[in-house]
Amino acid sequence: MIDFTTEQLNRYSRHILLKDVGVEGQVKLGRARVLVVGAGGLGSPAALYLAAAGVGTIGIVDNDQVDISNLQRQIVHGTKDIGRSKVESAAEAMRAINPDVEVRPLATMLCADNIMEIIKDYDFILDGCDNFPTKFLVNDACVMAGIPFSHGGILRFDGQTMTVIPGESACYRCVFRQPPPPDSVPTCSQAGVLGAIAGMLGTIQTAEALKYITGAGRLLTDTLLSFDASNMDFRKVALRRQDDCPVCGARPTITELTDAEQTVCALKK
Amino acid sequence: MEITVNGVAQSIAAAEPDLLSVLKSNKIEDPQMVAVQLNGQFVESSQYAATILSEGDVVEFLYFMGGGSR
Repeated sequence: MIDFTTEQLNRYSRHILLKDVGVEGQVKLGRARVLVVGAGGLGSPAALYLAAAGVGTIGIVDNDQVDISNLQRQIVHGTKDIGRSKVESAAEAMRAINPDVEVRPLATMLCADNIMEIIKDYDFILDGCDNFPTKFLVNDACVMAGIPFSHGGILRFDGQTMTVIPGESACYRCVFRQPPPPDSVPTCSQAGVLGAIAGMLGTIQTAEALKYITGAGRLLTDTLLSFDASNMDFRKVALRRQDDCPVCGARPTITELTDAEQTVCALKK
Repeated sequence: MEITVNGVAQSIAAAEPDLLSVLKSNKIEDPQMVAVQLNGQFVESSQYAATILSEGDVVEFLYFMGGGSR
């Protein structure tokens, strides 16, 4: 089972030194499959750290192209990548960091029709998408498929994240029942975001993915972690599964996936 | 009365403050922008106006945060 080359032992030595990771944990990482939803602000640091960590298979899904306005925070892309497919640009950077990992770029938009087929090949989903319909879709699909995931959202100086183990811990819909009305909550493209906030939150989500795979530590389950980086205030709010949750409750009312109205494109311009 | 909002103590002048007025006094103009926990239990948005707070209540406003990619 332990078949690391000398080069790999060196590459992963700082993981292997960790009591809670070790050679065993590194083997688990090498066998793990993680899907990153969105090759943007959160997906960028996630993609880079997952690749660096030696996660064996990393899918990254996004249908967008790199725009110059992305580069203030989407650090997986460079100036030379403007106009390229985000997932191709990300895949190149990931392979450059670590040729050991298999990167699967998926230049598509997640929707009700394709999400189950895409996520079924992964052990953990890291949600870094930019709109509420997709966040709810990821939650519902992961709950239905029983695949753990990390929720993340950022805005201005603020970030929030929670880790969901379907059937065990509170899901996103236990907290937020349905997407907010269009235009009631601004997006980063409307209200702005401090670039490094994306790094702060994306790396927290990645740490959760690595912890889940290796079994190290305690996950952010049944907990919403939020921070306001303008004062560097971090808070955890305890959550619990809601019996009347429409997707993970005792009598779910959401039993199939549908595409909510995509408002993000209208807001973006 | 004293209540705790997002971990910070707040004094409320009203004798029987309802949740909706506490949302407004905390600059949450659109109640749909948040999920609200009162003493660890979620309150439906339709019940904000009818929910009267008591001394020592713990209120959490959980904000929608959707950004990530773009």
